[in-house]
Amino acid sequence: MTALTGVRVLELANERISYAGKLMAGMGADVILIEPPGGDPSRDYPPHLDDEPGEDRSLYWWHYHTSKRGIVLDLDSEAGAATFRALVGTADMVIESEPTWRLDNLGLDYADLKQIKPDLIHVAMTPYGRDDPTSDLPVTDLTLLAGGGPVWNCGYDDHSLPPVRGQGNQGYHTGCHFVVMSALTAFLHRTVSGVGQFIDVSMHAAANITTEAGSYSWLVAERTVQRQTGRHASARPSGETQSLCADGRYANTGVPPRFPREFASLHRWLTELGLAERLPEAVFLEMGANWEGPFDLSLIGNDDTITAIFGAGREALQLIASTVSAYDFFIGCQTAGLSVGAVYAPEEAFEDPHFKARGYQVEVEHEDLGRTFRYPGAPYALRGSPWKIYRRAPKLGEHTNEILAEL
Amino acid sequence: MSGALEGFRICDFTGQLAGAGATRWLASVGAEVIRIEDPVREGRWDILRGGEPFKDERRGIDLGGAFNNHNAGKFGITLNLRSDKAKHILRDLVRVSDAVTENFAAGVLDRLGFGYEALRELKPDIVYVSNCGFGHEGPYAKFKTWGPIVQAVSGLTFTSALPNQPPAGWGYSYMDHTGGYYMAMAILLALIHRQQTGEGQWVDLACTESALSLHGPTLLDWTVNGRPSRQEVQPSSNRSQWPKMAPHGIYPAAGDDEWIAISVRDDDDWAATGDVINAPWCDHERFATTELRLQHEDELDGLMALWTETGDKFERAAALQTSGVPASAVQKPQERVDQDPRTEAFGLWPTVDHTAMGEVRIDGQAAHFSETDWAFERGGPCLGEHTDQVLTELLGISQTEVDQLRTEGVV
Repeated sequence: MTALTGVRVLELANERISYAGKLMAGMGADVILIEPPGGDPSRDYPPHLDDEPGEDRSLYWWHYHTSKRGIVLDLDSEAGAATFRALVGTADMVIESEPTWRLDNLGLDYADLKQIKPDLIHVAMTPYGRDDPTSDLPVTDLTLLAGGGPVWNCGYDDHSLPPVRGQGNQGYHTGCHFVVMSALTAFLHRTVSGVGQFIDVSMHAAANITTEAGSYSWLVAERTVQRQTGRHASARPSGETQSLCADGRYANTGVPPRFPREFASLHRWLTELGLAERLPEAVFLEMGANWEGPFDLSLIGNDDTITAIFGAGREALQLIASTVSAYDFFIGCQTAGLSVGAVYAPEEAFEDPHFKARGYQVEVEHEDLGRTFRYPGAPYALRGSPWKIYRRAPKLGEHTNEILAEL
Repeated sequence: MSGALEGFRICDFTGQLAGAGATRWLASVGAEVIRIEDPVREGRWDILRGGEPFKDERRGIDLGGAFNNHNAGKFGITLNLRSDKAKHILRDLVRVSDAVTENFAAGVLDRLGFGYEALRELKPDIVYVSNCGFGHEGPYAKFKTWGPIVQAVSGLTFTSALPNQPPAGWGYSYMDHTGGYYMAMAILLALIHRQQTGEGQWVDLACTESALSLHGPTLLDWTVNGRPSRQEVQPSSNRSQWPKMAPHGIYPAAGDDEWIAISVRDDDDWAATGDVINAPWCDHERFATTELRLQHEDELDGLMALWTETGDKFERAAALQTSGVPASAVQKPQERVDQDPRTEAFGLWPTVDHTAMGEVRIDGQAAHFSETDWAFERGGPCLGEHTDQVLTELLGISQTEVDQLRTEGVV
């Protein structure tokens, strides 16, 4: 028994919302993926197994549809719509990212569906909200993140270079996170009240409120953050936090040392490495180590002594980084109690011993290929109701007969 | 309209954004979130308490703009957990709570005597959700993280870059926000599980694992095809990964630091783009198909930029979008907060009445509920703002006793 055992979710296939269904399927929900005849276009997205395009070879599809069952329904046909209505009668949730007008035109929108299933939870995710006609204009992950705020925050100190969009469809993911939080909230409410409801998720809104100081510096103080290389955009320039290490890789030092014990251990490490004499600012590390009372971070830039101490912390980290590999810098800093991370490529993180030890890698059987592959695992470890990959992604219409028979 | 989670009470130790963001969601949908802070250090464990930005340049421990944003809707009490009396009060609070939430470094709450086993003794069906960078178990459990460290170690920093440049990373703590979202999901899932089975549980959330999960196809390309994403020269992350599209990028627009994002998904989009640009090079055969445009992508990006830099980012984006081509201005904060009818229509920037700061605008939520919509009933709590209220009304301690506890430094 896991958290969503017995919960049935109908997902209308769309690349934008597929991650929301995957997250719920991983917690035990019976997620039925509804595709039109011919299948969803993202079935063909690269990368492909052995780089050869072909049926059921899209690794993109494999990832986003684990643990779901698949059915083909033509919602534009009377028979398809009738089957969909019958499925709604057995479902707890519908999640979709259709054009704003489409389900209403088909007589399958929330107003229709709640007649069939009064306590249904229907989540619609659109670019700008269900009531906004511009939601039907075309968007991609890139254009959503550009309009929604994240892109303005990301890039380089050199503003002749364009701002940067991080990879991996994070705009879609962020919308999906709100779909899942909303759906779970409504479901928990329903366990108490018995009441279902319609939920309108805006991807643009999700991006807008996922920019940290980008939004609230303006909201509170009407200040505009400016992008900086590898660190937070800021209304006031801040010191570098990305260090080039001896192996040509980078590490991030994030928030620099700010407690006396951190300055003390940094100074000790610098001395152990024989680097203290190469850093004239080392004296400020000692001052930091002997500091009494709390450091007021908001005084950086205003108070000379505090500014010098923080600056020395950054300088010392940069100097050490230049003499060791990114991995050794990461481990060495953390062992010294300093919050530093190697800038890993995703596959390097995946192979790191920590994640392996925690069981993050999971094996998924592809019985059709006679092979088993390693997949990314649980995003959270619920001890009493573990996340799991129940099955590989469905082939087109793989469970159509099985699901119809259940009706 | 009452909140979806009315009647659920959270005993909340979270802070910063990775934790506070989770209980922010719960508070906005009606849960009673009681945030506990340390009176001795004036809650400064949370780096945002008393930090920038400031409204009207007024500084102080109760005047932190980010803290207000992330803690709106919550109640705040102080407990000095160095004292046995405070621990006693905390035990009483746990007994009447549905969940205990925290994002301390691994082991901190345990050392205070409030690890999962201790919590379960107080309330057998308690939901306990911890959120820390590397989780509470594993070789790096003692390592410390902030959002940028989580992003570095999980590959998110690496996958945000331009060619021949260091990683650009994320200019904000994407994983503090997103770790908070996963933490909110985990709390909700565990509460749903409890509703169905009567059982509580511990959730060990490692923010780095939530982050790694955001790289799915890249990781399968590695595990299945053996292809690493680290290459001699990293491709621009502004280009499309999956599916392949070209042109697909962020181009200069007229003005100072003005940019426009354009995604040409397929040949139809390219034909429509050509109609808007209306220049001979758009019809050139070497750009006729997606495959050809990908082959000539550098040249194409150069030509696109020559066109985009001559026009206004909003006008050009509108022309493309209404022609069926995904495009958007790269919006600056003021443009999306004060001048964007889409965020305004969604009610995305509500105003809260903060006890010390006065009226302040904050982030709203990205979803509207037809029956139980979100609302922020109050600003973020001042230090200990609700200590008296919670101790007397919820825990039945007399006001005289609370006053005495304050004199003794317990609250």
